[in-house]
Amino acid sequence: MTTPIQPDTKLSVHIDPYERGWMIAAAAMLVVFAVAVTLASYSLGIQLPGPEQRVNPQTITTSGPWANPGLRQLSASKYEAYIVAHGVGWYFNPREFSVPVGSEVTFYVTSADVQHGFKLIGTNINMMIIPGQVSTLTHKFDKPGQFNWVCHEYCGLGHAAMYGTVTVTQ
Amino acid sequence: MTAISVSKPVAVSAPHTLPAKYVLTSVEKRLVGLNVLMATVALSIGSLFGPLQALEFSGLQVNGVDLYTWLQMFLLKSYYQGLTLHGVLNALVWTTFFIVGFLTLCVIYGLRRPLALPKLNWAAFIVMTLGLVITAVPILLNQASVLFTFYPPLQAHFTFYIGLVLVVVGSWMAGWGFYVTYYRWRKANPGVRTPFIAFSSLITMVLWQIATLGVASEILFQLLPWSLGLLPGVDPQLDRTLFWFTGHPLVYFWLLPAYITWYGMLPKQAGGKLFSDSLARFAFWLFLVLSTPLGFHHQYTDPGVPQMWKYIHAILTYAVAFPSLITAFTVVASLEYAGRARGGKGLFGWIRALPWGDPSVTIQVLSGILFIFGGIGGMTNSSYNVNLVVHNTAWVPGHFHLTVASAVTMSFMGIAYWLVPYVTGRKLWSRKLALVQGWTWFIGMMIFSNAMHTLGLLGAPRRVPLGIAPYVPANWEPRLLQTAIGGSILFFGAYMFIFNVLMTALSKRASAAEMPEIPEAEAVQDPQLTPAWLDRWAPWLTAAVLLVVLVYGPNLFVQLSNMANTSPGFNTGLW
Repeated sequence: MTTPIQPDTKLSVHIDPYERGWMIAAAAMLVVFAVAVTLASYSLGIQLPGPEQRVNPQTITTSGPWANPGLRQLSASKYEAYIVAHGVGWYFNPREFSVPVGSEVTFYVTSADVQHGFKLIGTNINMMIIPGQVSTLTHKFDKPGQFNWVCHEYCGLGHAAMYGTVTVTQ
Repeated sequence: MTAISVSKPVAVSAPHTLPAKYVLTSVEKRLVGLNVLMATVALSIGSLFGPLQALEFSGLQVNGVDLYTWLQMFLLKSYYQGLTLHGVLNALVWTTFFIVGFLTLCVIYGLRRPLALPKLNWAAFIVMTLGLVITAVPILLNQASVLFTFYPPLQAHFTFYIGLVLVVVGSWMAGWGFYVTYYRWRKANPGVRTPFIAFSSLITMVLWQIATLGVASEILFQLLPWSLGLLPGVDPQLDRTLFWFTGHPLVYFWLLPAYITWYGMLPKQAGGKLFSDSLARFAFWLFLVLSTPLGFHHQYTDPGVPQMWKYIHAILTYAVAFPSLITAFTVVASLEYAGRARGGKGLFGWIRALPWGDPSVTIQVLSGILFIFGGIGGMTNSSYNVNLVVHNTAWVPGHFHLTVASAVTMSFMGIAYWLVPYVTGRKLWSRKLALVQGWTWFIGMMIFSNAMHTLGLLGAPRRVPLGIAPYVPANWEPRLLQTAIGGSILFFGAYMFIFNVLMTALSKRASAAEMPEIPEAEAVQDPQLTPAWLDRWAPWLTAAVLLVVLVYGPNLFVQLSNMANTSPGFNTGLW
């Protein structure tokens, strides 16, 4: 049974010394995590996608830069890749492109119909592709080889077939 | 042991008016039991499809026959119909019905009084069941293969959305019944600390009612009119935001009932006491305040949400990890208290001394162990840019199988091992099978979730029948096979549970002496000594609403003012 309450007992939050230590350590750990992601994003520049522009998914393939998707060279080692994700037929347009090693590619990806995903395996490029929105992130390809991007959001029966390839040449 | 004194000196004069025990009436037992029955029926169907997906991953063949394709023929039109059934029935239906049943029992027994408006709670059950049937029909007809996130513009038959609304509204009605019951109890018992299991059940329900405002608006103002042809299109980014407004606190709606049993029942079952009543209550209040204003951590990679808001939600997600870390200490300390009370000695001897022969205790302790890994994975997911590595990969289902399918589901199974005998008046059919079942689930989940996490780190996307994906590299193959092994073990784990519950319900009535009691744990320190601010709704409720308005309001306002309903629907069953 619990101890009977004496008339002069004080109301108190019961905290055991070990528990107090644990709570301080837990809070400290969470602060360390918060500082780490803050530094990684604002000093090292590992950033997330954010608002780029609004588009109309119903006209995306007939007007604007995605009417003629593909790779555009901006300077010696800078490129932009305009890509459309199609859920009717389940494919990316373009499905592949190649760039020389050391190239910095900014991806501009949008959807012509349903939601899709865009993950370039082995990199920090990971974006939701949402109709009406444009997703953008930049990656520098420092190693030669073939890199696949895959659709990672369910977009209908043929979802498993949706992927593309960046070939990085020497 | 020290204690922090508060300025207010005493007045602990409130008499302990609570009767020591309360026996639920047969009607109350039936209400609780029917909710648990519906939950178990959902689990028994939903669990058929998990191993199918895992077998698909492995591409396993027997005598040249692809096992997945062969098994699928009998049940499904597509992989995604199966995945929708698995997600909706297991993650949404099994949990919601079980929780409503369990909370009903906790409110009645905790407050030691009958429901104030039993007809309302019965109506709640009927509305939820009606909703379930209405949702199930289009899914079974392959007219709603939109998965349990139902992201537009994938479009389900309108009945799917109506059914979901009814399930949610039914659960709200159950909550309203709890509130009135609590109000009457409070009038009759001024100054008495709300008994913990009722207190925590009420918080869980309030959290749910705040949280579901998001998905309710999504369905009522966008998806339902759109699926009926009244709205030409929807705004998918806005709908994702409304969905995840509900989506993350939904996780806490699942998890808190597990915490109720870990804090409020498991210590008693293990032979001990709740280590800290005050901190248990404090943790629950923090969950109420912090569960909702962090949904953007599911949308880190969404293009339509500014980075600043994602960052703020990331920090708040770390904050909500804090009450879970408090829980980890208090629950383990309560178990240690129990182990030592049972004669356990030394640094770890108390672990051996726990009642490992009790299936309800064993499966709950095992669920807690798996949840340690689930919690670590959860903090990884919430880590802003670290999330880029794992977002929408197989890591994510790997993670939530450790949370909702382990911490939550195993705890519910542990509860069912005493609750089903209690409400049916029968003895548990086989304690031995129940013990084996807990360990089977534990081992199956270790194998399965380990494989899924690893696949995610290697880059495998989620929600893909990887057995037929053209881009699968050789180093994924062993892990895909591992998911098939783990998934198959889990299937047996689920059916051992279902079979045992079924046989219990069908067995002969037990004598009164054989009936289990509801295991309500006492606290080490009398709850009357817990400060009054830990038993007062106004400050915490205000903080919860205020925080939601502050961290969702500005961005929701922007998204609503820029709303563009330009996405027509795509019916997954047709194309």
